[in-house]
Formats: sequence, C-alpha cells, structure tokens
Amino acid sequence: MPRMRMNQAITAAIRDEMAEDDTVVVLGEDVAAAGGVFKTSVGLLDEFGPNRVRDTPISEMAILGAAVGAATTGLRPVAEIMFVEFFGVCLDQLVTQAAKLHYLTAGAVTVPMVARASVGAGRGFGATHSQTCETWFTATPGLKIVSVWDAAGAYGLLRSAIRDDNPVVFLEPKCAYGNRGDMVRGEEGILPLGEAAVLRSGDEVTLLSLGQMVPVALAAAQMLEAEGISAEVVDLRTLRPWDRETVLTSVARTRRAVIVEENPASGGWGHEPASVIGAELFGELLAPVHRVTTPDVPVPFSRELELNYLPTPEYVTSQVTSLCNTARSPHPWWEEPS
Amino acid sequence: MAIDFTTADPEALQRRRAIRNDPVQRYRRLVEIRAAEARIREFHSSGQAWGTTHCADGQEAVAVGLAAAAPPTDLFWVAHRVHAMGLALGCTLESVFAENLGRTTGSVGGIGGSFHLTDVGVGLIHSFTIIGTQIAQAVGGAFASQVLGSDRVTVAVFGDGAVNIGVFHEALNLAALWKAPVVFILENNHYAEFTHVDTVTTVTPLARRADSYGIPWRVVDGQDVESVTSATTAALDHARHGGGPTLLEMSTYRYLGHSRSDPAAYRPEGEADAWHERDPIKVEAARLLSEGLATDDDLSAVDELVASDIAEAAEIAYSAPNPPLSAMFTNVWAPDPPSGGSAGSVR
Repeated sequence: MPRMRMNQAITAAIRDEMAEDDTVVVLGEDVAAAGGVFKTSVGLLDEFGPNRVRDTPISEMAILGAAVGAATTGLRPVAEIMFVEFFGVCLDQLVTQAAKLHYLTAGAVTVPMVARASVGAGRGFGATHSQTCETWFTATPGLKIVSVWDAAGAYGLLRSAIRDDNPVVFLEPKCAYGNRGDMVRGEEGILPLGEAAVLRSGDEVTLLSLGQMVPVALAAAQMLEAEGISAEVVDLRTLRPWDRETVLTSVARTRRAVIVEENPASGGWGHEPASVIGAELFGELLAPVHRVTTPDVPVPFSRELELNYLPTPEYVTSQVTSLCNTARSPHPWWEEPS
Repeated sequence: MAIDFTTADPEALQRRRAIRNDPVQRYRRLVEIRAAEARIREFHSSGQAWGTTHCADGQEAVAVGLAAAAPPTDLFWVAHRVHAMGLALGCTLESVFAENLGRTTGSVGGIGGSFHLTDVGVGLIHSFTIIGTQIAQAVGGAFASQVLGSDRVTVAVFGDGAVNIGVFHEALNLAALWKAPVVFILENNHYAEFTHVDTVTTVTPLARRADSYGIPWRVVDGQDVESVTSATTAALDHARHGGGPTLLEMSTYRYLGHSRSDPAAYRPEGEADAWHERDPIKVEAARLLSEGLATDDDLSAVDELVASDIAEAAEIAYSAPNPPLSAMFTNVWAPDPPSGGSAGSVR
C-alpha cells in the first residue's frame, strides 16, 4: 500500500483519469508548467502535453466558463480555482450555468466537470485566502460538493468526481496537502460520491465532520475515550448530496450528535444535517444536536488568533464532554462568561 | 459525449437546411420571425403567457444570416433575446411558442421560458440570460474542438451590453491565446436594456476592443442578410482552418423596448425611423426583386404562408398540455453512467 501526501494523491487521481480517458483535461493558473501552486498537477504537462494541460491567465470567469463549455461539448475538464475565495468572481459559471444547464436544456447536455479549490484556515494566509465557503454552493441543486482531508479520500473521491456527469466542486484544505497517508491506487481506490465514512466506532456520541475538521474530530474522539466517552466519527466526505442514511443510522444508535465544522457559527454547512437529525430523531436524542464551529468573525491572521479561531481537539473534547454530562448545548468559548 | 443528440428535432434540422442556400427561404424566415414575435407578444398581452419576453424586431437579418452561414454541426451559445436566433437556426414555431407558454412541447419542455431555447441537432446549445456568460463557454467549446480533433467551430452571440462585463475580456484574451476555433458575434442593437450604447462606453466601434487581444474584427451591416452571411462564413472558415477567433460586430437596431414592459420612451425622436428605412425585410425583398429571384407575387405568397404557419403553430402550441408537477424533478441531475464505475450513483 503506497503512502502519499494528499497533493500527490490528487495529482495521481487526475493522472490516472487522464490516462484512462482522453477527454479529461486540466486548466487553471500555474497548473501546467509549474505543476500547481500546491503541487497538485506535477508532471501532467510532461505526460499529457499542452493540448490537455493548459495554463490560463488570472481569469476565473474564463477558466470556469471554458470548463463549462468544454464539458458541454465532450471533455471532462478539471479546472483549478487556486483559492476558494476566487469563486467569488466567477460563481455564475458554476451555480447559475453548470448546475442548471442539464435542467434548462431538458437533458440535452450534461456538464461533467470538476472545479477544484484550496480551502481553510491554519496557514497564516489571511482573511481572504483562508475561508472554506462551502455554503456558497450548498443551496444549489445540480451541483455536487466534496471536501477531503487525506490522501486516500482525495484520490478516491477525485477520481469519482472526474467520472461524474454532474459538475462537482472539490474542496481541498490547504493545510492537508502535506498530510501523508496510506492509499490504494487504481480502481480499488475509487470512493463513491455521496457516501459518508465511519472512521471510528463509538456508542455515546457521533462526531460528524468534513474536510480538515475530520482529523480534529478523530483526535477529540481519542481524548474523549480517555475521559470515558465513546465517540463515533463520521466523515461526511460529500456535502451534496449528503449521506443521510449513514448519519442517521449512527446518531440513532449513539443518540447524540456533534457537528464539527470549519464554518462561522451562523450559516455553516452543519445547519443542514443538524436540522435533519433533529427532525428525524427528535424523540430519540439524549441531548440537543450541537455544532462546534468557528466564531462569527473573518479569519484573523496573528498566529495565536488564527489557531484559536479553528476548533481544536481540546476544545471539541470539552464541548462534547459538557454536552454528554449536562444534556445541554454548551456555549462556545467566545460566549462563555469570564 | 456530453451532448445528447437524441433530443434533436428532425424538423428543426430540415428548417435549418432550407435557408442554407435558398434566398427566398431566408426571406421567408425573416418574415416568419417578425410575425412570430408579434404573436408571442399577443400571448403575453392576452394573458395566455406569463413572465416576460424579449423581442428582436429589427434584428432578424443577424439571426438568419448567421444561421445561413454556419453548418448545423457548428455550435451556438446565444443571448436571451433568442426567438429570432432560435427560429433562424431551425427551432420550430411550435417549440418556440410552446416554450413561451410553458407547455410540455416547448423547446425545453416548459422548464425554461421565453428566453431558454435549446436544440442541439441544429447546434443551438442554449440561450443564456446572464449577460456575457456564454462567451467564455463558447471558448470552452472551441477548446473541446481542439482536444477532440474536431473541425467544429463554436459561435458566441451576445449584445452590445456584454462588452463591458469582465467575462467578455477574459474570454477574448483566452481565445486569442489558445487560437481557439470560435467566432464572436457582437450584435450591436444599440441598447442595453434602456441604455444607449454611446452612454456607457467611449470606444467605438465596439469591435475595436478585439485589437486589445490581437483578434481580427469587422463591423458588418446587420440589416442585410447577405452581408451577415458572407462575413460570418469567412470568419467560420478562418477559425476552422486554424486561424483562431474573429469578432464581428453586427450593426443593427432593436425596434422595441428591452422587454414586454418597456415602451422604449427613452429613444430620441426619429432614431427608430432611420433604421426602419433599412428594415432587414425590406432590404432583402428589394434584393430578391432586383436580382430577379422573386416577384411581388412570390413575396405576397410568402406573407400568406407565414401567416398560416403562425396561426397553425400558435393553435398547436396553445393546445399542448402544461407539464405535470413531476416535470420539475426531471433533469436536475445527470443520468447515471450506463455501466461500471461508482461515479454519479447517488442522488
């Protein structure tokens, strides 16, 4: 079983799909000659040539627009939007065009494309290059959304995303690019979209997470074990369509749900599963569904500020412990009376 | 292939072929478009159709000229003022009327409305209602032609209102850089919504902007079908043979307001009259007569044929059923791939 860093696994996924399918192409800023600013396309230009691996100007509207048009007419473009915030200048092509063309053409065309982007805080990149922005996409029927954090997941899910006939937003936490992990390369390593993964079994609480909050939830589960609380950890992997069955099955058994998300407290992606869990399992729950989030502030820069902005394993552990002991949602740290 | 050609309407393809080499059929299509839009406005004014609609009265020669120039295998990404373009490319009167009425037999099953038409069989990918967005998509289609080794050329049709949005510039720059087989058609009808083009830009002709990207450009008489066709044919050939993109500015005029609710009271007096003098239908009629391709009787016969086509199509479209509630749930997601793989298996 090979070990790879997540950025190498992403490169491998694109490479393997390109080798199997001549219609897979790559475009974006510095993706060809430079191999990507996060080294997620190293070697692709050499192997597949400049027709299929194309550097673009800093023109996100043209990058995504060209990807939509190319996807409509027979290619499977993998477009890189370097930082998720850059979708802010080209969201039309994804949300209003790619996601609706199949619908608006009565099925005459499909738009099989992937729009990849780096996300997340923890790297000192400042408020405008450190968000996750999943919720820019979540209320868009026709668009799939995936978030990854490790090599095996990135490889397996990206290959599925490229094969999918729908537009897929593929989010990669920038702090996770260096994560080294075991992975399965080839067909067996492919992971289906829309399926969550239970990464750790437990009986008393389900920690539901996504992206780089998954390792935080896993570390918290370890700490909780030391405190005598048995936590199950579910990696949602795909935010739309999300795997209700796995999540509800887990929470029906543990009877407590904590969502660990890298999102502002107001309006984060966790509201959706929280609402469904609450509605479906209302009478079964031993505690309110609880969300552990970032504060409602932009991402601050100074190191201690930024690292405390993100939920830490210690913080998640204290929140879960409090929930389990009191059956009440604990206040977030920034609201606790001093 | 991401285009499902089984959705194509064979009658549309016939209609498209009809105007390719037959000037009388082109004339008939001009007349048909003018009459069809008048009928569409009646659907709205009588309350039979709801929502809004954007007519292209006065601009028919651009639509018909483009459709006559391009083989049906070339692909069009066009703007929201689409009845003329759709009918010119071959969409049937019934499908355009029915889409305006929201019927199941509409171009996209009543899911789109007046401004959303598609028929991939005649190369109409879609009509786009976010200004300029289609320009970049057409460049993407040309990118696909390059990668797939196809000789297909793509065409982006957009109005003067689109030249001041960023995607126009990004797309032209990228097309030039990639020497993409795409033709940009700037249909300058002189108004973006209620605003005259001269009040929003200092650079004219608008097509000069192509110089910024090293793209050849021309201003074409958009009132004259033959001028549109010959300029477009040359640009398509240039792109098809590796010459890269061209920008053609079709100079024309929108007789009516932006949409059905706009009486266009902002026009200076006499402005429209000058354009009516060179009405595209009049221009083409004069040509047919002077070149001996048709007689006055022939032209009158065309008018009668069109009137009966319109009446019949309107009746058929109006009688068609409205979509069932279940229709809103179709085509939200692409169908599962036919075999193998785990991708796309979850809804």
